[in-house]
Amino acid sequence: MKQQLAAALAASCALAAPAFAWEPTKAIEIVVPFSAGGASDQMARVIQGAIQKNGLSKQPIVVVNKPAAGGGEAMVDIQKSKGDAHRLLTTSSGIFMTPMTTKLPVSWTDFTPVAMMAQDAFGLWVKADSPYKAPADFIEAAKKASPPFKVGGTSSKREDQLLVVAMERESGAKFAYIPHTGGGAASTQLAGGHLEATTNNPAEDVANWRGGQTRPLCIFSEKALPYTEKVAEDKSWSEIPTCPSLGLNVTYQMLRGMFMPGGVTPDQQAYYVDLFKKVSETAEWKEYIARNALVPDFREGEAYVAFLKQDEERHRDLLTKAGFIAGN
Amino acid sequence: MDDFSALLGGFQVALSWHNVGFMIVGVLLGIVVGVLPGLGGPNGVAILLPLTFGMDPTSAIILLSSIYWGALFGGAITSILFNIPGEAWSVATTFDGYPMAQEGRAGEALTAAFTASFIGAISGVLLITFVAPLVAKFALRFGPAEFFAVFLLTFCSFIGMGKDNRIKILVSLCIGFLLAGVGMDTISGDLRMTFDVAELMRGFDFLVVVIGLFGVSEIFLTVEEGLAFKGKKAAIDLKVVLRTWAGLPRYWATLIRSSIVGMWMGVTPGGAIAASFMGYGLAKRFSKRGDNFGKGEIEGVLAPETAAHAAGTAALLPMLALGIPGSATAAVLLGGLMIWGLQPGPMLFVEQKDFVWGLIASMYLGNVAGLLIVLATVPLFAAIMRIPFAIVAPIILVVCAIGAYTVGNSIFDIWLMLLFGVVGYVFKKLGFPLAPMVLALVLGDRAEDAFRQALLGSGGSLNVFWANGLVTTLVVLSAILLFWGPLSDLIGWAKGRGKSSGGASPSAAR
Repeated sequence: MKQQLAAALAASCALAAPAFAWEPTKAIEIVVPFSAGGASDQMARVIQGAIQKNGLSKQPIVVVNKPAAGGGEAMVDIQKSKGDAHRLLTTSSGIFMTPMTTKLPVSWTDFTPVAMMAQDAFGLWVKADSPYKAPADFIEAAKKASPPFKVGGTSSKREDQLLVVAMERESGAKFAYIPHTGGGAASTQLAGGHLEATTNNPAEDVANWRGGQTRPLCIFSEKALPYTEKVAEDKSWSEIPTCPSLGLNVTYQMLRGMFMPGGVTPDQQAYYVDLFKKVSETAEWKEYIARNALVPDFREGEAYVAFLKQDEERHRDLLTKAGFIAGN
Repeated sequence: MDDFSALLGGFQVALSWHNVGFMIVGVLLGIVVGVLPGLGGPNGVAILLPLTFGMDPTSAIILLSSIYWGALFGGAITSILFNIPGEAWSVATTFDGYPMAQEGRAGEALTAAFTASFIGAISGVLLITFVAPLVAKFALRFGPAEFFAVFLLTFCSFIGMGKDNRIKILVSLCIGFLLAGVGMDTISGDLRMTFDVAELMRGFDFLVVVIGLFGVSEIFLTVEEGLAFKGKKAAIDLKVVLRTWAGLPRYWATLIRSSIVGMWMGVTPGGAIAASFMGYGLAKRFSKRGDNFGKGEIEGVLAPETAAHAAGTAALLPMLALGIPGSATAAVLLGGLMIWGLQPGPMLFVEQKDFVWGLIASMYLGNVAGLLIVLATVPLFAAIMRIPFAIVAPIILVVCAIGAYTVGNSIFDIWLMLLFGVVGYVFKKLGFPLAPMVLALVLGDRAEDAFRQALLGSGGSLNVFWANGLVTTLVVLSAILLFWGPLSDLIGWAKGRGKSSGGASPSAAR
C-alpha cells in the first residue's frame, strides 16, 4: 500500500525521458544494506531525489532499508531476486568484507555491476582541544599511553577497524578499537572526550568539526580532497594534509556504487548505467558529494569491473593481515 | 530573551495557513500509521519523505514531525484496545490500559493515555525551548560506561519493584537476553546463534515478538475463555473525556515524576522505550495503589505514556543540537534535513534560526492539534469494543500479520509472530511475566554493546563503572532499586511473621 501511494504521487511528477531498448515498467526499488540515516541511506535518498526532481525516470524510486547482519541481509535478498531489473543495491566495501568475515555464501559476482558513483575518504579525527597537531604527535603519545588510546569507528572488522590495524602496523603503537553502531555515534563520543580519536568519513565528523568539537589531523588518501570551499576553522577540505605527506603511510578509500541482481539483460543494465550517469551530472548529486567530501569517480562497464576485482583482492589482503577472515 | 522573540517568530511561520494544513494532514496520517502495528513512525516518515523534496524545509519538517506526533498518539490506541503495542514504547501502556478496556473503561484509558502523551510531549518541548544548549552539553558526558549504567538502572528499577515470584522474573529476563543476542554482534562483527539460517541474521525484531507475545497470545486466551469479549458496555460519549480529566490532578506526582524521567532518558539517549518502562516501574513502586498495577489502574497508563512522550520529544534535542538521532524516526528526519540542504549539528541553531524555531513552534502546535484530533476520536475507538469478538478477532489477527510482515518484508516474521503467540500463551498460563523478557530483548544488546565498549576502553578493568560521579551515582541508584524490593519484603516479613506473605500478588508485572 505504501509503495503504491508513493508510486502514484511520484509518477505524477515524472517527466518524459528519451526512449531506451528497455525501460522499467514499475517502481524501482533501491535496497540500502544499512539503516535509515546512515551514509549509504543518505546517498540512496539523494539519488532518489535527484531522479525524481529532474524527471530522469518515468517510474518512481522507492528506498528500502535492510540493515541486518552488516548488510548481509540485503545482499542475500538481492542474490535471490535474480533477473529482477526493478531492484538495485547500494554498495560500499562491505560487499567484499561481509562475506569474508561472516562466511555468508554471497559474492559481488552474483550481482550485475551498474556504476561506481564515488569514493569515500577517511580521516584521523581528534577532539578539538586535544594537544595533537599532527599524526606524529598523536602516535608518539599513543605509544606511551596505558591503557591504550581508544579509537572509535563503525562496526567491527570493517573499514574503520582496518585503518586502525594498519596504523598499528605502520607505527608500532597499540590502540583499543571501539566499534560503534554508526560514525555519528563515534563522533559524538569523541566530542564528549570518551575516545582519543576516530577514523570517520568526512561526512560523519563534519558536523562536530564545524561546531568546534572535533578536528581532522589528516586524510587517509594519496591525494588531498578536491573541495576548496571553507568548511570550518577557516579551512577547506583541500587544506587538510594527507596522512602519507605527514609520515603516517596509511591510505584507504571506499567505493560507493550501485549493483543490480544477477541474470538481467544487457539492455536493462544499459538503462541503469545511463540513468546513473545522468544522476552523477545533476546539481543535487554534485552538491551532495561536495557537502560530504566524496571523491568523484564515476566508473561503468569494464572500468568498474576491473576496479571491483582489484578492490576485492586488496580487501582480502587487508583482512587476512588483520586476521579478520572467518575461519571454518 | 533573544530566543523568546525567535520563538514568537517561529509561531508566526508555523501558524501560516498552509503550515497549519500540513500539520493537520500530518497528524491524521500519523494516527493511521501509529494504529497499524509494524508500520510505525519511522516508516511513515520514510514513505512520505520523497514528497517533501520539493517543499521548503520548514513546511517539510512540520509535515513530517506532525506525522511523528500523530504516530506517538496512535500507538496507544491498539495497546489499550487489543493489547497490541503499535510501537515499542507503548508496551508498558498495555499493562494497565488493556485491563481497563476489558473492564469497559476503554474511553477512560484512551483519554488518560492521550492526555499523558500531551503532557509528556509538552514538557519535552519546554526543555528544548529553554535549556537546549545546556542539556546538549550534558548529553556529551555519556560514554559507554554511563550508557551501560542507564540501562542497568532501567533493568533494576523494573525488576526490583516486582512483588511476584522473582525467580520467574529472572527466567523471563534471561530468555529475553538470549533472544537479543541472536544476529550480528556489533562488537565482534560475528554472527551469533543464527545456525546458518538466513532469516535469523536479522535477529528477532522487537515488534514481531511483541505482536506475538501480547496480541496473538491474548486472542488465544480469549478464544479459550469461550469467545466472550469483555467490555461490551463501553460507553460512547465524549463526556468520558471531561470525567477523566477531572480525576487527573490527583496524579500530579506521577505525571511530574514521569515527565522528569522521560526528559532525562530522552536527552541522555536512553530513549523512549527505556523511559516508558522506568516510568511505569517507579510509579508502581511509589504509588499508594501500587498493588493494583496491572489490573487496570489509570496511573499505570499515565506513567509510561508521559515518560515515553517526554523522552520521544526530548530525543529530538540531541538530533538538532548534536546531530545524533535519539530514535529511529529522528534518524529518518535527520536524513531529511540533509536532503533539504541543512546540516544538523552544533551550527544548526546558529545558521538556521528560522527553521529551528519554526520546528519548535510546530511542536507546540502539532501536539495541541494532535490532542484535539485524537480526543475527538475516543468514542469512535471505544465503540470498537462493542463489536463481537468473533468478528474482531480475525481482523486483529490479519492486522497483526500485516504488521509483522511490514517490519522486514519477510514471510518468516509471520511464522515467528505465531510462534511467539504460543510462547506468550504458555508464559501467561504458567504465570511467568512477559515484560522482563520484552525489556531484555529491546535493551539487552544495547546494554551489552555499551558494557563491552566500556571494557574495551579500560583494558578490561571494571573500575570504569565507578570512575566518575555520574556513573557511580547511576550504578548506586541501580543497586538501591534492585535491592529495595527484596529488602522491604524481608523487613515486612520480619515485622509481621504471623501474616501470610507467601501468596505474592499474581502477575503484577505481566
